[in-house]
Amino acid sequence: MKWLSLGLGFLFLYAPIVSLMVFSFNASPLVTSWSGFSFRWYEALFKDEVLLRAAWLSFQIAGLTATAAVVIGTWVGYVLARMGRFRGFAVYVGMISAPLVIPEVVLGISLLILFIEMRSTLGWPADNGMFTIWVGHTTLCMAYVAVIIQSRIRDLDRSLEEAALDLGASPLRVFFSITLPLIAPALAAGWLLAFTLSLDDVVLASFLSGPGFSTLPMEVFSRVRLGLRPEVNALATLFILAVGICVIIAHRLVWRKETA
Amino acid sequence: MIRVPVARFLPSMRTLAIVPPFLWLALFLLVPFLMVLKISLADLNFGTPPYTPLLTFEEGATQLTLHTQGYARLFSDSLYVTTYLNSVKMALVTTFWCVVIGYPMAYYIARSSPQVRALLMLAVILPFWTSQLLRVYAWVGILRTDGLLNKALIGLGLISQPLEIYRTDVAVYIGMIYAYLPFFILPLYANLVKMDLRLLEAAYDLGAKPWQAFWQVTVPLSRPGVIAGAMLVFIPSVGEYVIPELLGGADTLMMGRVMWGEFFTNADWPMAAAVTCVMVLLLLVPLALFQYNQMKQIQAGREGASKVPTNA
Repeated sequence: MKWLSLGLGFLFLYAPIVSLMVFSFNASPLVTSWSGFSFRWYEALFKDEVLLRAAWLSFQIAGLTATAAVVIGTWVGYVLARMGRFRGFAVYVGMISAPLVIPEVVLGISLLILFIEMRSTLGWPADNGMFTIWVGHTTLCMAYVAVIIQSRIRDLDRSLEEAALDLGASPLRVFFSITLPLIAPALAAGWLLAFTLSLDDVVLASFLSGPGFSTLPMEVFSRVRLGLRPEVNALATLFILAVGICVIIAHRLVWRKETA
Repeated sequence: MIRVPVARFLPSMRTLAIVPPFLWLALFLLVPFLMVLKISLADLNFGTPPYTPLLTFEEGATQLTLHTQGYARLFSDSLYVTTYLNSVKMALVTTFWCVVIGYPMAYYIARSSPQVRALLMLAVILPFWTSQLLRVYAWVGILRTDGLLNKALIGLGLISQPLEIYRTDVAVYIGMIYAYLPFFILPLYANLVKMDLRLLEAAYDLGAKPWQAFWQVTVPLSRPGVIAGAMLVFIPSVGEYVIPELLGGADTLMMGRVMWGEFFTNADWPMAAAVTCVMVLLLLVPLALFQYNQMKQIQAGREGASKVPTNA
């Protein structure tokens, strides 16, 4: 029973990924029938100027998003875990966890409308593009970071922070020299998660990007909505390998720390 | 001369710590949604902005004009009603299957030895970290008429005619269950792994059979995990856009697609805003349930932490 349910479950989770990777090495452009091993789609991928430009853009946005999301998300996580109850606590929790579940289309439409109103009343931001996508992604990703950080801080042993306070350190100093170093692995995990979420988002980016401004997922989406594209298989394989290696390394780092 | 202590009017450290992230959320989450609400009550206007103002100044008087025809159309046009019902139905079925597949997985992972547990959870999290768009795209190659699934089934002699799955609702279900399964397993696993196993021992000592202990102890105790997981699946599924667009047919009606169409294809902002508002209204009950669950978990965690003696 145990191995049946786990076996089928993992088969379901992994079969599509494996088939995607195998067929990225297919020589035939007919993506579903195997005709021989080849790297031709990888070659095509690295000659694809449009995809490469979109990828560079997406990496920049993801880096900026992850950094901002970690700063704000950690701040929120700390407030939730350590500040006790305050007036409007329920609203606070509600607002920070809303982006976790609210359909992205709702988030996208409402932010786009905000930026258009701001443009007509304040004249800023002048154009939709990197900045507007960054705001959208940060709002989404900080919620995930806040959840991770909040549960990590909650599990911390308070006595270290209390000792520092007793020795006369200011709360701010305690936060920066005790709490932050203790949660460093969670910060790294939060940064990586925000980075990958931003790198994967189609919906928010489509609403918040300007004319002629296309991120990698937008470009991929516009190609695959009409069917199979072998160069996308190659891209997916590289992407999954890179993410897989990062996650395994991160996992080992955190896990070794916990067992040591 | 009256001396007023200035410090009383300065915000305290605590307020300074709490308020700034709140401002970000208010500006980029709350205000935008109120604007959507406003535009849903405006009328289509050709120009910029593409909707009429609600407040107008005429002859020195402020006039408030509310247009509710967007909402009227939502409830009179059967296309919208059907779409709403269909989205909810698809999200419910998706959630159901995530529970059926995910509960045993989370349960068996949580009851494995710590080493195996860490490895299996890594295997659940890995797909969650890789691009959802690319993983859903992978199903296209499997489900197509000339795809891998049909080839395998025909090769095994199970079917003679290829199954038509790609571009149907079934494909959308498969894609959504697949994409959201880790979201269900993660919170449930976190709950199950923290469960006090002595409670089960107590049940056995009192003569409970394993299945009785499971139904009367494990399942009720795992309820917060199930609720959190189910909401993480249900709420976003209702508004899902990418999966029905990639795997569904033209007749797969989902709200996310309708909103997208009203906005990008028809450029009818008031209508798109009205569709959005009704969708959020529909999700209000599950959203409240999710928030309540989150609140309880945050507070339970806090009380739990304060009960642990700090000098232990």
